[in-house]
Amino acid sequence: MSDAAPRMMALPVGSIGHKSFGWWGMMTVIMTEASLFAYLLFAYFYFLVHYGHGWIAEKPGLALAAPNTAILLLSSLFVWWAESCAARDRRGAQAVGLAIGVVLGVIFLAIQILEWREKPFTIASTSYGSSYFITTGFHMAHVVVGVLMLAAVLLWSLLGYFDSRRRAPISIAAVYWHFVDLVWLAIFFTFYLTPYIG
Amino acid sequence: MAVADIDRSPKLQPQNEPTALRLAGLWAGEGGLRGWLSSVDHKEYGKRYIITAFVFLALGGVEALVMRLQLAGPNKTLLTPEQYNQLFSMHGLTMIFLYAQPVLSGFSVFLFPLILGTRDMAFPRLNAFSYWIYLLSGLFIYAGFLIGYGPNDGWFNYAPYALKPYNPGPNMDFYALGMILFGVSSTAGATNFVVTFLRARAPGMSINRAPILAWGTVTASFGILFSVPAVSLAFFMLWTDRQFGTHFFDPAGRGQPLLWQHLFWIFAHPWVYVVALPAMGIVSDALPIFCRRPLVGYTVVVLASVATMVMGFGVWLHHMFATGIPFLALSFFSAASFVITVPSAVAVFAWIATIWTGRPVLSTAFLFFAGFIVMFVIGGVSGVMTAAAPSDQQLTDTYFVVAHIHYVLIGINVLAVMGGLYVWFPKMTGRLLDERLGRWNFWTVFIGFNLAFLPMHWTGLAGMPRRIYTYPQGLGWSAVNLVTTIGAFILAFGVLLLFVNIWISRRRGVVAGPDPWGGPTLEWAVSSPPPPYDFAVIPAVASRHPLWEDALQEAAGKSSLTRGMALDDGKEMLVTTALDAEPVAIQKMPDDSLAPLLTAIAATALAVAALRHAWIAAGLVTLVLLAVLFFWLWPRRALGQVAERKHV
Repeated sequence: MSDAAPRMMALPVGSIGHKSFGWWGMMTVIMTEASLFAYLLFAYFYFLVHYGHGWIAEKPGLALAAPNTAILLLSSLFVWWAESCAARDRRGAQAVGLAIGVVLGVIFLAIQILEWREKPFTIASTSYGSSYFITTGFHMAHVVVGVLMLAAVLLWSLLGYFDSRRRAPISIAAVYWHFVDLVWLAIFFTFYLTPYIG
Repeated sequence: MAVADIDRSPKLQPQNEPTALRLAGLWAGEGGLRGWLSSVDHKEYGKRYIITAFVFLALGGVEALVMRLQLAGPNKTLLTPEQYNQLFSMHGLTMIFLYAQPVLSGFSVFLFPLILGTRDMAFPRLNAFSYWIYLLSGLFIYAGFLIGYGPNDGWFNYAPYALKPYNPGPNMDFYALGMILFGVSSTAGATNFVVTFLRARAPGMSINRAPILAWGTVTASFGILFSVPAVSLAFFMLWTDRQFGTHFFDPAGRGQPLLWQHLFWIFAHPWVYVVALPAMGIVSDALPIFCRRPLVGYTVVVLASVATMVMGFGVWLHHMFATGIPFLALSFFSAASFVITVPSAVAVFAWIATIWTGRPVLSTAFLFFAGFIVMFVIGGVSGVMTAAAPSDQQLTDTYFVVAHIHYVLIGINVLAVMGGLYVWFPKMTGRLLDERLGRWNFWTVFIGFNLAFLPMHWTGLAGMPRRIYTYPQGLGWSAVNLVTTIGAFILAFGVLLLFVNIWISRRRGVVAGPDPWGGPTLEWAVSSPPPPYDFAVIPAVASRHPLWEDALQEAAGKSSLTRGMALDDGKEMLVTTALDAEPVAIQKMPDDSLAPLLTAIAATALAVAALRHAWIAAGLVTLVLLAVLFFWLWPRRALGQVAERKHV
């Protein structure tokens, strides 16, 4: 671009979707949080390489974790649906979608706590227990933050703050929620499925 | 304020008095203590960062001088071993975390909007928060030191010595929790730099026209985003190992002490470039001003910065050559460490070529930058010596490594910062630093530094171990150590001269115009100090050197600095595209607020509660933290974050 004169065009004012600073800011947050989980999984595999499969006392059961994974994925679908409803000014459906997202997130947390209670080991038993509880604990903390975000945009939706044009906060909360779900898939694969492989 | 229209064509108007007055009314914060605490002006925080970092530099320097007195001769008993441990730990972490990175953040926070041709950082309140939490994290760690519980395991803090059985006091907990707070600060800052760089450059400033300081800072910021989680996590694991009996680093519960070193160096090696690349950016942007020509090889220098950061993530194991890692890993990481010297050498050759083909003006700033190049080369050569695994086996844990790190960090960071201060002090204060005092400043620093650290290579080769509080007579180390101590005091005197120069010149220095050096980049187009709104009209940029276009004839089009978008319907900034900087939106910017300070205080209170195991207080503080954040992020019509009109 060699001509300096700025082209005069109609520019949108304020936070508009992916043009807003906020959306880009959330992308950087996701980058750094994704790194955090990469390091948590690094620690898990580091121990696994050193101690082999004998490190894991018994293979983790999937009875709770598998349906819980489905619940979290389902919540992502509802949040995605809410976001697309917001884009089409379907404000009732938008609020319902966000509310279902919040409820499914809370159910995930409850089942996760149940699962924690059922474990025969504790955080202080061995490095496997430490790794398991700290990694899933970090993920739960992120779910809590995500639920709070969804609850906040739900409240603001109910107050009539957003419409099809001004809905950057919904997109920002939604993309964080999808990220939290994606991280769970990585954790689920690492902690629950890899012990069954090989 | 009336709700802005959804769409509008921005007014294109020349810089004139009424616009400037209206903008000053919009952007100037209120005065008084409340205004000081709630300000979100990037220029204010840039200066606060630099001043705070210099205070920590002085503290770290005093700690070093006390250690040098202890080491001036054999068998000295000025310090006990425990005091010595705390001093070298505090010295290291102060210089590396509380000085080296924040001081560069200070430069970048002050300069970013000015060199990019915009009005503030993308997230002004987050910017304020980054500063406050940095300050509080530093005070938190120093509070531990003051009550006798300073970290005592070096800044690298190796397990298992950092674990509870060997280190029962709260020393490590202060370090662990303080570093988690510090990680929040650097991450928030990095987020801000990345988004500002990608989305807020002046129209026409495509990424191949952005100043190299901006490139260095944004590259380092990506480094922070990817590396800081490793150390925050490591410190969190250390804290749970110590307080809740987890077994990450404790072999008794099938933990691995070496996991600490992996997580720590995965962070700390990239950190070397985090505290170097913005400083190299300072030199790449400021050195050409004094050579009266553009930097040689802009593109390769930028690519070298990015390449250095990327490779920086692949060489952490070279800090662990002596830990008995497998031969293949040893070979790979040794080779990678050799390769990483290539991009650094590219930058060095670019600077030398710039001086060689320019007409250098031998000002104080130029002296600092020339000194920087010399020390960078020496530090690089000793780095290559330690990158070779066989020689590293011999040199590791000796003073040779201490000499290397100081050549690299003082050479790249401190000299560049001091030179940069001589260049941009007039922009910050409106007055020039004194040149005569400046020359004394440079030569005492340069001579003192080399007197202190060049002989250290020799003590290291002679086998003197680091981190040991004293040494016996008759090993041939005594005279060299005395010289080192004398050099350290001369260096300290040189730094003191800089402080004196700042103190005197901020009131009585020569008044600087907008452009005392004849610089090429946008910050020199505004007054010194700049007005609260930085630019009266958003400049449009047509080349890398908007202010040198008449001399260089870089492009057919010309930059337009006096006629542009006024954006004066409230506090507004322009959002542009990431690659070509085409305008895409107008962003409304937030007003002053106490929320950043309150959030930082709440986060620090949470760390204090965790330290004391006061879990009820921790829960209450968390609720306060969430409430403050909730209202901080409350969408506001004035910011164009919510629907234009209510649906009925």
